[in-house]
Amino acid sequence: MDLSAINPILLLASLMVAATAVMIAALGELIVERAGVLNLGVEGMMITGAIIGFAAAVHSGSPAVGFVAAAVGGAGLSLLFALLTQVALANQVASGLALTLFGLGLSSLIGQGYVGIKPPVIPKLNIPLLSDIPVLGPILFRHDMVVYFGILLVVLVWLFLKYTRAGLVLRAVGENHEAAHALGYKVVRIRVLAIMFGGACAGVGGAYVSLVRVPQWTEGMTAGVGWIALALVVFASWKPWRVLLGAYLFGGVTVLQLNLQAAGIAIPVEYLSMSPYLITIIVLVIMSNRRSASPASLGKTFHAAQ
Amino acid sequence: MTGKLLSIRGLTKAYPGVVANSDVSFDIEPGEVHALLGENGAGKSTLVKMIYGLVKPDSGHMVLQGREYTPAEPQAARAAGVAMVFQHFSLFDALNVAENVALGMANPPKTSELAAKITDVSEQYGLPLDPWKIVGDLSAGERQRVEIIRCLLQDPKLLIMDEPTSVLTPQEVEILFATLRKLKAEGTSILYISHKLEEIRALCDEATILRLGKKVGTCVPRDTSAAQMAELMVGSELHRPERAATVPGAVRLALRGLSVTSPGQFGTSLKDISLEVRAGEVLGLAGVAGNGQDELLAALAGEILAKPGMVVLDGAEIGAKGPGARRKMGLLTAPEERLGHAAAPNMSLTENALLTGAEREALMQNGFLKWGKAKSFAEAIIKRFDVRTPGPETAARALSGGNLQKFVIGREVMQRPDVLVVNQPTWGVDASAAAVIRQALLDLAVGGAAIVVISQDLDELMEVADNFAALNEGRLSEIRPAKGLSMEEIGLMMGGAHGLEVAHA
Repeated sequence: MDLSAINPILLLASLMVAATAVMIAALGELIVERAGVLNLGVEGMMITGAIIGFAAAVHSGSPAVGFVAAAVGGAGLSLLFALLTQVALANQVASGLALTLFGLGLSSLIGQGYVGIKPPVIPKLNIPLLSDIPVLGPILFRHDMVVYFGILLVVLVWLFLKYTRAGLVLRAVGENHEAAHALGYKVVRIRVLAIMFGGACAGVGGAYVSLVRVPQWTEGMTAGVGWIALALVVFASWKPWRVLLGAYLFGGVTVLQLNLQAAGIAIPVEYLSMSPYLITIIVLVIMSNRRSASPASLGKTFHAAQ
Repeated sequence: MTGKLLSIRGLTKAYPGVVANSDVSFDIEPGEVHALLGENGAGKSTLVKMIYGLVKPDSGHMVLQGREYTPAEPQAARAAGVAMVFQHFSLFDALNVAENVALGMANPPKTSELAAKITDVSEQYGLPLDPWKIVGDLSAGERQRVEIIRCLLQDPKLLIMDEPTSVLTPQEVEILFATLRKLKAEGTSILYISHKLEEIRALCDEATILRLGKKVGTCVPRDTSAAQMAELMVGSELHRPERAATVPGAVRLALRGLSVTSPGQFGTSLKDISLEVRAGEVLGLAGVAGNGQDELLAALAGEILAKPGMVVLDGAEIGAKGPGARRKMGLLTAPEERLGHAAAPNMSLTENALLTGAEREALMQNGFLKWGKAKSFAEAIIKRFDVRTPGPETAARALSGGNLQKFVIGREVMQRPDVLVVNQPTWGVDASAAAVIRQALLDLAVGGAAIVVISQDLDELMEVADNFAALNEGRLSEIRPAKGLSMEEIGLMMGGAHGLEVAHA
């Protein structure tokens, strides 16, 4: 066992990378849930985004095209969920679970010919001057675009919910859809848009796993990150900044346990592998001890009677 | 058409199986308070939803200020100068007052400007309100102020109010009326929906009366007696519940310092409630919604458990016993929420009858259900309380609110309770059915049961109760004989006008 082999700077730098996928997916789901819809299909949309983004990037040679394709793919799949829950008024929990199973199957089908292929590499942004700062430079300023996009998304989602009229209407729909309808807001339309945004975010998160984190295609490679994103939203009390915090915690423990495994620490590998999931959930449960800040209409089917 | 603010001609709207409105016509003058009167199910709500653009009429047309008026959605109605205060408030609990107001406006100003405006208007009309408070923490009266101010900020020409006083204390009603008279003096017309006749006589210039979707008459409320209007509404003379005089017997139900925490986030905890109800006595508990009524019923039913000595039934301490044990001992309850609390919506009436009646009516043997007996029990309830339904196999959700209410109250009454606690027993029930329910409660009392009626309808309480008390923020006022209480005294027991003491200081 050699703990000195763990480089703290490298650890913190890879933490930001490890947190990005779960963060982007969770932000999408946060918007969906703030609109009052519970979409349990995040895992399915992520894995679908992962393979569609992977395939598009391989064929076009451009990672950017891959991410856009992943967003479109995730949003497309979420449209299926929107159709089921908002138009056919199906149960949201069952539809979401079905979406996950469907996404897992669909992705393995599409992914048949892509096993073992290397995707095009995303260049790291070596921000001039800033990246040369000792310690902080390598930790904060030598990542790919998507890492910064994730942080920007936290800010944008926060601003959107807090300061814009559209954000207020979205929250109102999630809080009391009957009242929002009575005031003349288009509950179903707003929810469908929120669901599609959630799908696009999940798709991008998934593509980040297959194009940057791993980078290759393996069946079921998102490995439950979609579920962590779902848990993150709840335990973050539907607040964007807490999602960022939770995601960094999850990413941090993930890379730390990998490092510990590499250093040969005397804890069974199985315990180390489960630790990021366990610790993230425990910490967030403690943080969210104030009960039921959830949107009041979350998961309820809206039917415009009369 | 000059002079008229809004003319309604031949509005008709049919839903599958019911005609909600049939050929309704009337006019509203500028600066007029126009009452829309009718029983539940007479079509008042559908009519105003058409005016507000929430429902499209099948035929007929409306003219607003000389122009054809066909609002496709509420935004269009608001733009044309029509605003509405809803019966069940269309507010968002988790948002603050300013955000709630902004949601009802087409182009709201910045939040800080809006907050200043809210403070201005609320002072101008004598409706004190803090724009930064979270709506979930407000009293019912304050919540209504939010709705009214949301409407006033849009300078409406016509303000529609759907049963605005059903949740207010008498003092709050006075304040509301003062505001409405001020609006009227400024030239705003008001369409006022209610079935409280005395209020309409005090406030309104003109009344249109609906029955079963049709306009059956108009009157000038000031010159018409309440009894005459009631007859127009119901179409026949009303039977008043009556009771034989009884001498109160032994104490059957006692609460001793009952304190429990509300399980809900925006609920009200009960604080140190003590009372006694004797055999043959009806105790009426008033209070504005959300002051602990639901929690009190839950604590009595055994849904919320307390310390054993806090609830005493016929001398036995039952505070820590669950609902089943209490039912067996003779304490029955009927909660306010019909669908989902008092009855399971998707189950048939027979199944619903079984749910609370299984033990006392012996509908169960060794864990097996006796369907035949359950069915005849359900049929007996349907017959005695005149529940309008195809039969006991109908799902509870298929019944209209009033009919289901008759069924859930009847189900408890038919089990010959020793103590019966009901919350809002005649909520949404038409006048003749309400009389049947009240008569059944009084008959039970004459038979030696102790009855607790929790209600927001003061007239109802005055009609049935021997003793009277009010719940206010989870505390119980002193218990006084119902006879001879004035409205003002009742209002003070209910907590007066919320927040007004502060404003006047």
